[in-house]
Amino acid sequence: MEKIVFYILALLMIVFAIASVTSRKMLRSVVYLLFVLIGIAGIYFLIDYNFLAAIQLTIYAGGIIVLVIFSVLLVHHIEMELELAKISKQILTGVLCLFGLGVFLATIYSYDFKVVENYKTTTVADIGSGLLSYDRGGFILPFEVISILLLAAMIGAIIIGKGDKLTQKDETI
Amino acid sequence: MYIAMNITKNIHEWLLAILPETAASIVEMTLIALVYLAFFAIAGLFLVLLERKVAAWFQLRLGPNRVGFHGLMQTIADALKLVSKELTVTIKADKFLYNLAPYFVIVTALMALSLFPFSKELQAFDINIGIFFLIAISSIGVIGILLAGWSSNNKFAMIGAMRSGVQTISYELSVGLSLMTMVLMTGSLQLSEIVEVQKHGWLIVQGHIPAIIAFMIYMIAGTAETNRAPFDLVEAESELGAGFHTEYSGMKFAYFFLAEFINMFIISAIATTVFFGGYLSPFGITESIPLLGVFWFLAKTLVLIFLMMWFRWTFPRLRIDQLLVLEWKYLLPLNLMNLVLMALIVLLKLTIKF
Repeated sequence: MEKIVFYILALLMIVFAIASVTSRKMLRSVVYLLFVLIGIAGIYFLIDYNFLAAIQLTIYAGGIIVLVIFSVLLVHHIEMELELAKISKQILTGVLCLFGLGVFLATIYSYDFKVVENYKTTTVADIGSGLLSYDRGGFILPFEVISILLLAAMIGAIIIGKGDKLTQKDETI
Repeated sequence: MYIAMNITKNIHEWLLAILPETAASIVEMTLIALVYLAFFAIAGLFLVLLERKVAAWFQLRLGPNRVGFHGLMQTIADALKLVSKELTVTIKADKFLYNLAPYFVIVTALMALSLFPFSKELQAFDINIGIFFLIAISSIGVIGILLAGWSSNNKFAMIGAMRSGVQTISYELSVGLSLMTMVLMTGSLQLSEIVEVQKHGWLIVQGHIPAIIAFMIYMIAGTAETNRAPFDLVEAESELGAGFHTEYSGMKFAYFFLAEFINMFIISAIATTVFFGGYLSPFGITESIPLLGVFWFLAKTLVLIFLMMWFRWTFPRLRIDQLLVLEWKYLLPLNLMNLVLMALIVLLKLTIKF
Protein backbone atom coordinates (compact mmCIF):
# COMPACT_ATOMS: atom_id res chain seq x y z
CA MET A 1 0.00 0.00 0.00
CA GLU A 2 2.69 2.48 1.04
CA LYS A 3 4.80 1.44 -1.91
CA ILE A 4 1.96 2.15 -4.33
CA VAL A 5 1.36 5.57 -2.79
CA PHE A 6 5.08 6.32 -2.96
CA TYR A 7 5.33 5.41 -6.62
CA ILE A 8 2.23 7.43 -7.48
CA LEU A 9 3.66 10.45 -5.66
CA ALA A 10 7.11 10.03 -7.22
CA LEU A 11 5.65 9.72 -10.70
CA LEU A 12 3.48 12.80 -10.22
CA MET A 13 6.43 14.78 -8.91
CA ILE A 14 8.67 13.85 -11.84
CA VAL A 15 5.98 14.54 -14.41
CA PHE A 16 5.09 17.92 -12.92
CA ALA A 17 8.75 18.86 -12.44
CA ILE A 18 9.38 18.25 -16.14
CA ALA A 19 6.17 20.06 -17.05
CA SER A 20 7.23 22.96 -14.86
CA VAL A 21 10.47 23.58 -16.73
CA THR A 22 9.09 22.90 -20.19
CA SER A 23 5.87 24.89 -20.02
CA ARG A 24 6.07 28.20 -21.88
CA LYS A 25 3.34 29.88 -19.89
CA MET A 26 4.76 31.34 -16.74
CA LEU A 27 1.85 30.88 -14.34
CA ARG A 28 1.31 27.32 -15.52
CA SER A 29 4.86 26.39 -14.62
CA VAL A 30 4.37 27.98 -11.21
CA VAL A 31 1.29 25.80 -10.68
CA TYR A 32 3.20 22.69 -11.78
CA LEU A 33 5.92 23.62 -9.30
CA LEU A 34 3.22 23.89 -6.65
CA PHE A 35 2.16 20.31 -7.42
CA VAL A 36 5.77 19.15 -7.04
CA LEU A 37 6.01 20.85 -3.64
CA ILE A 38 2.73 19.33 -2.52
CA GLY A 39 4.07 15.96 -3.65
CA ILE A 40 7.11 16.44 -1.42
CA ALA A 41 4.76 17.21 1.46
CA GLY A 42 3.00 13.96 0.61
CA ILE A 43 6.31 12.06 0.89
CA TYR A 44 6.89 13.61 4.31
CA PHE A 45 3.44 12.45 5.38
CA LEU A 46 4.28 9.01 4.09
CA ILE A 47 7.31 8.77 6.38
CA ASP A 48 5.17 10.01 9.27
CA TYR A 49 6.94 13.33 9.56
CA ASN A 50 3.81 15.42 9.94
CA PHE A 51 5.42 18.58 11.23
CA LEU A 52 7.82 18.91 8.32
CA ALA A 53 4.96 18.18 5.92
CA ALA A 54 2.86 20.97 7.40
CA ILE A 55 5.88 23.31 7.28
CA GLN A 56 6.35 22.36 3.64
CA LEU A 57 2.72 23.22 2.94
CA THR A 58 2.80 26.54 4.82
CA ILE A 59 6.19 27.87 3.73
CA TYR A 60 6.48 26.58 0.19
CA ALA A 61 2.93 26.10 -1.02
CA GLY A 62 1.27 28.78 1.06
CA GLY A 63 4.05 31.35 1.27
CA ILE A 64 6.55 31.19 -1.55
CA ILE A 65 4.21 30.01 -4.30
CA VAL A 66 1.64 32.66 -3.38
CA LEU A 67 4.36 35.33 -3.54
CA VAL A 68 5.61 33.99 -6.88
CA ILE A 69 2.05 33.98 -8.24
CA PHE A 70 1.70 37.54 -6.99
CA SER A 71 4.76 38.73 -8.83
CA VAL A 72 3.70 36.87 -11.98
CA LEU A 73 0.29 38.51 -11.70
CA LEU A 74 1.95 41.92 -11.58
CA VAL A 75 4.39 41.56 -14.46
CA HIS A 76 3.03 38.94 -16.83
CA HIS A 77 0.12 39.24 -19.21
CA ILE A 78 -1.96 36.19 -20.01
CA GLU A 79 -1.13 36.24 -23.74
CA MET A 80 2.64 36.39 -23.28
CA GLU A 81 4.76 33.29 -23.68
CA LEU A 82 8.29 32.70 -22.52
CA GLU A 83 10.95 32.83 -25.25
CA LEU A 84 12.76 29.73 -26.37
CA ALA A 85 16.48 29.74 -25.65
CA LYS A 86 19.13 29.34 -28.37
CA ILE A 87 19.90 25.79 -29.49
CA SER A 88 23.50 25.99 -28.18
CA LYS A 89 22.25 27.07 -24.76
CA GLN A 90 19.63 24.32 -24.74
CA ILE A 91 22.28 21.70 -25.48
CA LEU A 92 24.62 23.13 -22.82
CA THR A 93 21.85 23.05 -20.21
CA GLY A 94 20.90 19.52 -21.19
CA VAL A 95 24.49 18.30 -20.84
CA LEU A 96 24.87 20.02 -17.47
CA CYS A 97 21.61 18.50 -16.22
CA LEU A 98 22.65 15.03 -17.38
CA PHE A 99 26.01 15.47 -15.63
CA GLY A 100 24.28 16.51 -12.40
CA LEU A 101 21.90 13.56 -12.63
CA GLY A 102 24.85 11.24 -13.23
CA VAL A 103 26.73 12.48 -10.15
CA PHE A 104 23.55 12.16 -8.10
CA LEU A 105 22.77 8.61 -9.25
CA ALA A 106 26.42 7.52 -8.86
CA THR A 107 26.45 8.78 -5.29
CA ILE A 108 23.18 7.08 -4.45
CA TYR A 109 24.10 3.71 -5.95
CA SER A 110 27.60 3.64 -4.40
CA TYR A 111 26.02 3.16 -0.95
CA ASP A 112 23.67 0.41 0.03
CA PHE A 113 20.74 1.67 2.03
CA LYS A 114 19.36 -0.09 5.06
CA VAL A 115 15.66 0.23 5.66
CA VAL A 116 15.10 1.73 9.09
CA GLU A 117 11.93 0.80 10.86
CA ASN A 118 10.87 4.21 12.09
CA TYR A 119 7.61 4.28 13.95
CA LYS A 120 8.45 7.23 16.16
CA THR A 121 7.00 10.50 14.96
CA THR A 122 8.82 13.62 16.09
CA THR A 123 6.58 15.63 18.33
CA VAL A 124 6.36 19.40 18.11
CA ALA A 125 7.53 19.66 21.72
CA ASP A 126 10.80 17.90 20.80
CA ILE A 127 11.38 20.27 17.91
CA GLY A 128 10.63 23.30 20.06
CA SER A 129 12.97 22.34 22.89
CA GLY A 130 15.63 21.31 20.36
CA LEU A 131 15.48 24.72 18.72
CA LEU A 132 15.90 26.59 21.98
CA SER A 133 18.34 24.36 23.89
CA TYR A 134 22.00 25.33 24.19
CA ASP A 135 23.21 21.88 25.27
CA ARG A 136 24.75 19.38 22.89
CA GLY A 137 22.57 18.99 19.81
CA GLY A 138 20.72 22.21 20.51
CA PHE A 139 20.04 24.67 17.73
CA ILE A 140 19.93 27.97 19.57
CA LEU A 141 22.84 29.53 17.64
CA PRO A 142 21.54 28.84 14.10
CA PHE A 143 18.10 29.88 15.30
CA GLU A 144 19.35 33.25 16.49
CA VAL A 145 21.55 33.75 13.41
CA ILE A 146 18.53 33.11 11.18
CA SER A 147 16.41 35.56 13.14
CA ILE A 148 19.09 38.27 12.79
CA LEU A 149 19.32 37.52 9.08
CA LEU A 150 15.55 37.84 8.72
CA LEU A 151 15.58 41.10 10.67
CA ALA A 152 18.29 42.48 8.38
CA ALA A 153 16.30 41.37 5.32
CA MET A 154 13.19 43.06 6.68
CA ILE A 155 14.99 46.35 7.35
CA GLY A 156 16.50 46.19 3.87
CA ALA A 157 13.06 45.59 2.35
CA ILE A 158 11.62 48.55 4.22
CA ILE A 159 14.44 50.84 3.07
CA ILE A 160 14.11 49.74 -0.54
CA GLY A 161 10.33 49.98 -0.41
CA LYS A 162 10.30 53.44 1.13
CA GLY A 163 12.92 54.84 -1.27
CA ASP A 164 13.05 58.62 -1.22
CA LYS A 165 10.31 58.92 1.34
CA LEU A 166 12.72 57.95 4.13
CA THR A 167 14.70 61.14 3.81
CA GLN A 168 11.84 63.51 3.10
CA LYS A 169 9.24 64.32 5.67
CA ASP A 170 6.01 62.91 4.34
CA GLU A 171 2.81 64.34 5.76
CA THR A 172 0.39 62.36 3.62
CA ILE A 173 0.60 59.08 5.45
CA MET B 1 -7.89 7.53 10.79
CA TYR B 2 -10.92 5.42 11.53
CA ILE B 3 -14.17 6.43 13.07
CA ALA B 4 -14.55 4.06 15.97
CA MET B 5 -18.30 3.94 16.28
CA ASN B 6 -20.48 0.88 16.15
CA ILE B 7 -21.86 1.41 12.69
CA THR B 8 -18.44 1.99 11.19
CA LYS B 9 -17.05 -0.99 13.08
CA ASN B 10 -19.68 -3.15 11.47
CA ILE B 11 -18.90 -1.79 8.02
CA HIS B 12 -15.19 -2.27 8.69
CA GLU B 13 -15.64 -5.92 9.65
CA TRP B 14 -17.96 -6.59 6.75
CA LEU B 15 -15.50 -5.05 4.28
CA LEU B 16 -12.60 -7.03 5.73
CA ALA B 17 -14.64 -10.20 5.33
CA ILE B 18 -15.26 -9.77 1.63
CA LEU B 19 -12.13 -7.91 0.47
CA PRO B 20 -8.35 -8.15 0.98
CA GLU B 21 -6.97 -5.70 3.53
CA THR B 22 -5.56 -3.10 1.14
CA ALA B 23 -8.72 -2.94 -0.94
CA ALA B 24 -10.85 -2.78 2.21
CA SER B 25 -8.94 0.20 3.57
CA ILE B 26 -9.13 1.99 0.22
CA VAL B 27 -12.89 1.39 0.10
CA GLU B 28 -13.17 2.64 3.67
CA MET B 29 -11.28 5.84 2.90
CA THR B 30 -13.44 6.39 -0.15
CA LEU B 31 -16.58 5.91 1.93
CA ILE B 32 -15.39 8.39 4.55
CA ALA B 33 -14.50 10.90 1.84
CA LEU B 34 -17.97 10.47 0.33
CA VAL B 35 -19.64 11.03 3.70
CA TYR B 36 -17.66 14.22 4.18
CA LEU B 37 -18.40 15.33 0.63
CA ALA B 38 -22.11 14.82 1.26
CA PHE B 39 -21.85 16.76 4.50
CA PHE B 40 -19.94 19.45 2.63
CA ALA B 41 -22.66 19.86 0.03
CA ILE B 42 -25.57 19.75 2.46
CA ALA B 43 -23.95 22.11 4.99
CA GLY B 44 -23.01 24.51 2.21
CA LEU B 45 -26.52 24.58 0.80
CA PHE B 46 -28.19 25.10 4.13
CA LEU B 47 -25.72 27.79 5.16
CA VAL B 48 -26.66 29.69 2.01
CA LEU B 49 -30.30 29.37 3.02
CA LEU B 50 -29.47 30.47 6.56
CA GLU B 51 -27.60 33.48 5.24
CA ARG B 52 -30.59 34.52 3.16
CA LYS B 53 -32.99 34.01 6.04
CA VAL B 54 -30.78 35.95 8.46
CA ALA B 55 -30.34 38.73 5.91
CA ALA B 56 -34.11 38.90 5.50
CA TRP B 57 -34.57 38.98 9.25
CA PHE B 58 -32.12 41.86 9.65
CA GLN B 59 -33.80 43.79 6.86
CA LEU B 60 -37.37 43.08 8.07
CA ARG B 61 -38.22 40.92 5.05
CA LEU B 62 -39.48 37.36 4.84
CA GLY B 63 -36.72 35.86 2.74
CA PRO B 64 -37.20 32.77 0.56
CA ASN B 65 -40.52 31.17 1.53
CA ARG B 66 -41.99 29.57 -1.61
CA VAL B 67 -40.14 26.30 -2.18
CA GLY B 68 -40.89 23.73 0.49
CA PHE B 69 -41.81 24.45 4.09
CA HIS B 70 -40.82 28.09 4.79
CA GLY B 71 -38.51 27.95 1.80
CA LEU B 72 -36.39 25.10 3.13
CA MET B 73 -35.86 23.63 -0.34
CA GLN B 74 -34.96 26.94 -1.96
CA THR B 75 -31.19 26.44 -2.13
CA ILE B 76 -31.55 22.86 -3.34
CA ALA B 77 -33.66 24.16 -6.20
CA ASP B 78 -30.99 26.81 -6.84
CA ALA B 79 -28.29 24.14 -6.90
CA LEU B 80 -30.32 22.09 -9.42
CA LYS B 81 -30.64 25.19 -11.57
CA LEU B 82 -26.88 25.82 -11.37
CA VAL B 83 -26.09 22.23 -12.33
CA SER B 84 -28.21 22.49 -15.44
CA LYS B 85 -26.71 25.82 -16.53
CA GLU B 86 -24.29 26.20 -19.39
CA LEU B 87 -20.62 26.59 -18.49
CA THR B 88 -19.42 29.62 -20.40
CA VAL B 89 -15.72 30.22 -21.00
CA THR B 90 -14.03 33.32 -22.32
CA ILE B 91 -12.08 32.48 -25.49
CA LYS B 92 -8.85 34.12 -24.37
CA ALA B 93 -8.83 32.60 -20.90
CA ASP B 94 -6.12 30.14 -19.90
CA LYS B 95 -8.42 27.11 -19.99
CA PHE B 96 -6.32 24.75 -17.88
CA LEU B 97 -5.87 27.15 -14.96
CA TYR B 98 -9.42 28.46 -15.36
CA ASN B 99 -10.83 24.97 -14.89
CA LEU B 100 -8.35 24.06 -12.16
CA ALA B 101 -8.95 27.06 -9.90
CA PRO B 102 -12.31 26.03 -8.32
CA TYR B 103 -10.87 22.68 -7.26
CA PHE B 104 -8.10 24.31 -5.23
CA VAL B 105 -10.70 26.13 -3.19
CA ILE B 106 -12.97 23.10 -2.83
CA VAL B 107 -10.28 20.54 -2.01
CA THR B 108 -8.62 22.66 0.66
CA ALA B 109 -11.98 23.33 2.29
CA LEU B 110 -12.78 19.61 2.23
CA MET B 111 -9.39 18.69 3.70
CA ALA B 112 -9.80 21.16 6.53
CA LEU B 113 -13.24 19.75 7.25
CA SER B 114 -11.84 16.27 7.85
CA LEU B 115 -9.85 17.37 10.90
CA PHE B 116 -12.65 18.44 13.21
CA PRO B 117 -13.72 16.26 16.12
CA PHE B 118 -17.49 16.40 15.75
CA SER B 119 -17.84 14.22 18.82
CA LYS B 120 -15.43 12.20 20.88
CA GLU B 121 -15.31 9.41 18.34
CA LEU B 122 -16.45 11.11 15.17
CA GLN B 123 -13.23 12.44 13.72
CA ALA B 124 -11.82 11.37 10.38
CA PHE B 125 -8.19 12.37 10.75
CA ASP B 126 -6.70 13.01 14.20
CA ILE B 127 -3.25 14.25 13.23
CA ASN B 128 -0.84 15.26 16.00
CA ILE B 129 -0.27 18.73 14.57
CA GLY B 130 -4.00 19.38 14.01
CA ILE B 131 -4.22 23.15 14.37
CA PHE B 132 -0.99 23.81 12.54
CA PHE B 133 -2.19 21.61 9.69
CA LEU B 134 -5.43 23.61 9.54
CA ILE B 135 -3.44 26.84 9.21
CA ALA B 136 -1.24 25.25 6.55
CA ILE B 137 -4.24 24.05 4.54
CA SER B 138 -6.05 27.35 4.74
CA SER B 139 -3.03 29.12 3.28
CA ILE B 140 -3.33 27.09 0.08
CA GLY B 141 -6.94 27.99 -0.66
CA VAL B 142 -6.00 31.51 -1.71
CA ILE B 143 -4.01 30.11 -4.65
CA GLY B 144 -7.32 29.04 -6.20
CA ILE B 145 -8.65 32.57 -5.98
CA LEU B 146 -5.47 34.08 -7.43
CA LEU B 147 -5.49 31.59 -10.30
CA ALA B 148 -9.17 32.22 -10.98
CA GLY B 149 -8.63 35.95 -11.17
CA TRP B 150 -5.62 35.75 -13.42
CA SER B 151 -6.76 33.05 -15.79
CA SER B 152 -10.13 34.63 -16.60
CA ASN B 153 -8.23 37.38 -18.45
CA ASN B 154 -10.49 40.06 -17.04
CA LYS B 155 -9.16 43.18 -15.36
CA PHE B 156 -11.82 43.32 -12.68
CA ALA B 157 -11.33 39.67 -11.83
CA MET B 158 -7.60 40.24 -11.60
CA ILE B 159 -7.96 43.22 -9.26
CA GLY B 160 -10.34 41.18 -7.11
CA ALA B 161 -7.86 38.32 -6.95
CA MET B 162 -4.99 40.64 -6.03
CA ARG B 163 -7.03 42.17 -3.25
CA SER B 164 -7.92 38.74 -1.99
CA GLY B 165 -4.26 37.70 -1.97
CA VAL B 166 -3.17 40.75 -0.02
CA GLN B 167 -6.00 40.32 2.43
CA THR B 168 -5.52 36.60 3.04
CA ILE B 169 -1.73 36.79 3.42
CA SER B 170 -2.05 39.60 5.94
CA TYR B 171 -4.84 38.16 8.03
CA GLU B 172 -3.42 34.65 8.08
CA LEU B 173 -0.82 35.96 10.52
CA SER B 174 -3.46 37.09 12.95
CA VAL B 175 -5.41 33.85 12.69
CA GLY B 176 -2.26 31.83 13.32
CA LEU B 177 -1.01 33.97 16.18
CA SER B 178 -4.33 34.10 18.00
CA LEU B 179 -4.61 30.30 17.76
CA MET B 180 -1.01 29.97 18.99
CA THR B 181 -1.99 32.06 22.00
CA MET B 182 -4.53 29.40 22.90
CA VAL B 183 -2.10 26.57 22.19
CA LEU B 184 0.08 27.96 25.00
CA MET B 185 -2.62 26.82 27.40
CA THR B 186 -3.36 23.43 25.90
CA GLY B 187 0.26 22.39 25.38
CA SER B 188 -0.77 20.33 22.37
CA LEU B 189 -1.65 20.96 18.75
CA GLN B 190 -3.83 17.87 18.42
CA LEU B 191 -7.46 18.89 18.14
CA SER B 192 -8.83 16.00 20.20
CA GLU B 193 -6.43 16.80 23.03
CA ILE B 194 -7.28 20.48 22.87
CA VAL B 195 -10.89 19.51 23.47
CA GLU B 196 -9.97 17.12 26.30
CA VAL B 197 -8.08 19.92 28.11
CA GLN B 198 -11.30 21.90 28.20
CA LYS B 199 -13.05 19.43 30.52
CA HIS B 200 -11.91 21.80 33.28
CA GLY B 201 -13.69 24.75 31.73
CA TRP B 202 -13.70 26.06 28.21
CA LEU B 203 -10.48 27.73 27.17
CA ILE B 204 -12.12 31.13 26.81
CA VAL B 205 -13.01 30.87 30.52
CA GLN B 206 -9.71 29.28 31.53
CA GLY B 207 -7.64 31.97 29.85
CA HIS B 208 -10.00 34.86 30.78
CA ILE B 209 -8.62 38.26 29.55
CA PRO B 210 -6.01 37.20 26.94
CA ALA B 211 -8.31 34.44 25.70
CA ILE B 212 -11.14 36.89 25.11
CA ILE B 213 -8.77 39.25 23.27
CA ALA B 214 -7.50 36.32 21.21
CA PHE B 215 -11.08 35.32 20.40
CA MET B 216 -11.99 38.80 19.21
CA ILE B 217 -8.87 39.02 17.04
CA TYR B 218 -9.56 35.53 15.71
CA MET B 219 -13.13 36.36 14.72
CA ILE B 220 -12.07 39.60 12.97
CA ALA B 221 -9.22 37.91 11.13
CA GLY B 222 -11.35 34.86 10.37
CA THR B 223 -14.06 37.00 8.79
CA ALA B 224 -11.37 38.67 6.70
CA GLU B 225 -9.96 35.32 5.65
CA THR B 226 -13.27 34.12 4.31
CA ASN B 227 -13.57 37.35 2.27
CA ARG B 228 -16.92 38.17 3.80
CA ALA B 229 -18.38 41.59 4.51
CA PRO B 230 -17.12 43.92 5.98
CA PHE B 231 -13.94 42.63 4.33
CA ASP B 232 -15.49 41.72 0.97
CA LEU B 233 -13.34 44.04 -1.15
CA VAL B 234 -12.60 40.98 -3.23
CA GLU B 235 -16.04 40.99 -4.74
CA ALA B 236 -17.17 44.54 -4.05
CA GLU B 237 -20.12 44.68 -6.45
CA SER B 238 -20.05 48.43 -6.91
CA GLU B 239 -16.40 48.45 -7.96
CA LEU B 240 -15.45 45.10 -9.45
CA GLY B 241 -18.50 43.29 -10.78
CA ALA B 242 -18.29 40.00 -8.94
CA GLY B 243 -14.53 40.07 -8.34
CA PHE B 244 -12.46 37.00 -9.07
CA HIS B 245 -15.42 34.85 -10.14
CA THR B 246 -16.88 37.31 -12.64
CA GLU B 247 -16.17 34.99 -15.56
CA TYR B 248 -17.40 31.81 -13.92
CA SER B 249 -20.86 30.42 -14.51
CA GLY B 250 -23.00 27.49 -13.53
CA MET B 251 -21.48 24.84 -11.32
CA LYS B 252 -17.96 26.33 -11.33
CA PHE B 253 -19.32 29.50 -9.83
CA ALA B 254 -21.25 27.38 -7.36
CA TYR B 255 -18.00 25.75 -6.24
CA PHE B 256 -16.58 29.11 -5.24
CA PHE B 257 -19.83 30.08 -3.61
CA LEU B 258 -20.14 26.84 -1.64
CA ALA B 259 -16.49 27.00 -0.61
CA GLU B 260 -16.99 30.48 0.77
CA PHE B 261 -19.76 29.22 3.03
CA ILE B 262 -17.85 26.10 4.01
CA ASN B 263 -14.89 28.31 4.89
CA MET B 264 -17.19 30.27 7.14
CA PHE B 265 -18.20 26.98 8.74
CA ILE B 266 -14.53 26.00 9.12
CA ILE B 267 -13.57 29.29 10.77
CA SER B 268 -16.48 28.95 13.19
CA ALA B 269 -15.68 25.30 13.83
CA ILE B 270 -12.05 26.12 14.68
CA ALA B 271 -13.29 28.79 17.08
CA THR B 272 -15.69 26.27 18.61
CA THR B 273 -12.96 23.68 19.05
CA VAL B 274 -10.33 26.02 20.42
CA PHE B 275 -12.33 28.50 22.46
CA PHE B 276 -15.69 26.93 23.31
CA GLY B 277 -14.94 23.35 24.20
CA GLY B 278 -15.76 21.63 20.91
CA TYR B 279 -18.17 18.77 21.49
CA LEU B 280 -18.20 19.16 25.29
CA SER B 281 -21.56 20.15 26.71
CA PRO B 282 -21.79 23.21 28.99
CA PHE B 283 -21.05 22.10 32.62
CA GLY B 284 -20.97 18.49 31.42
CA ILE B 285 -24.75 18.10 31.49
CA THR B 286 -24.88 15.46 28.76
CA GLU B 287 -21.54 13.79 29.38
CA SER B 288 -23.18 10.36 29.63
CA ILE B 289 -24.44 10.53 26.02
CA PRO B 290 -21.34 10.95 23.82
CA LEU B 291 -23.39 11.11 20.62
CA LEU B 292 -24.92 14.41 21.73
CA GLY B 293 -21.45 15.89 21.22
CA VAL B 294 -22.32 16.32 17.55
CA PHE B 295 -25.32 18.38 18.55
CA TRP B 296 -23.29 20.63 20.86
CA PHE B 297 -20.54 21.05 18.30
CA LEU B 298 -22.96 22.06 15.56
CA ALA B 299 -24.98 24.28 17.90
CA LYS B 300 -21.92 26.25 19.02
CA THR B 301 -20.67 26.49 15.44
CA LEU B 302 -24.04 27.78 14.25
CA VAL B 303 -24.06 30.46 16.93
CA LEU B 304 -20.65 31.65 15.74
CA ILE B 305 -21.79 31.53 12.10
CA PHE B 306 -24.75 33.67 13.10
CA LEU B 307 -22.25 36.09 14.66
CA MET B 308 -20.36 36.32 11.38
CA MET B 309 -23.61 36.96 9.49
CA TRP B 310 -24.44 39.61 12.03
CA PHE B 311 -21.10 41.31 11.23
CA ARG B 312 -22.04 41.29 7.58
CA TRP B 313 -25.23 43.21 8.04
CA THR B 314 -23.87 45.58 10.68
CA PHE B 315 -20.56 46.99 9.48
CA PRO B 316 -19.90 48.96 6.30
CA ARG B 317 -17.18 47.74 3.95
CA LEU B 318 -13.60 48.81 4.72
CA ARG B 319 -11.36 50.51 2.19
CA ILE B 320 -8.21 48.64 1.22
CA ASP B 321 -5.91 50.97 3.18
CA GLN B 322 -8.13 50.74 6.26
CA LEU B 323 -8.05 46.98 5.91
CA LEU B 324 -4.25 46.86 5.89
CA VAL B 325 -3.90 49.43 8.67
CA LEU B 326 -6.28 47.40 10.83
CA GLU B 327 -4.19 44.28 10.41
CA TRP B 328 -0.63 45.58 10.49
CA LYS B 329 -0.96 48.49 12.89
CA TYR B 330 -3.56 47.21 15.33
CA LEU B 331 -4.26 43.48 15.25
CA LEU B 332 -0.69 42.23 14.80
CA PRO B 333 1.00 44.23 17.61
CA LEU B 334 -1.98 43.56 19.86
CA ASN B 335 -1.68 39.89 19.07
CA LEU B 336 2.03 39.74 19.87
CA MET B 337 1.50 41.50 23.18
CA ASN B 338 -1.40 39.20 23.89
CA LEU B 339 0.84 36.20 23.26
CA VAL B 340 3.34 37.45 25.86
CA LEU B 341 0.52 38.16 28.31
CA MET B 342 -0.87 34.65 27.85
CA ALA B 343 2.59 33.14 28.33
CA LEU B 344 2.93 35.06 31.61
CA ILE B 345 -0.49 33.93 32.79
CA VAL B 346 0.23 30.30 32.01
CA LEU B 347 3.66 30.59 33.66
CA LEU B 348 2.25 32.14 36.86
CA LYS B 349 -0.65 29.61 36.83
CA LEU B 350 -3.29 32.34 36.84
CA THR B 351 -5.67 30.34 34.64
CA ILE B 352 -9.12 29.58 35.98
CA LYS B 353 -9.82 25.87 36.31
CA PHE B 354 -12.87 24.19 37.72
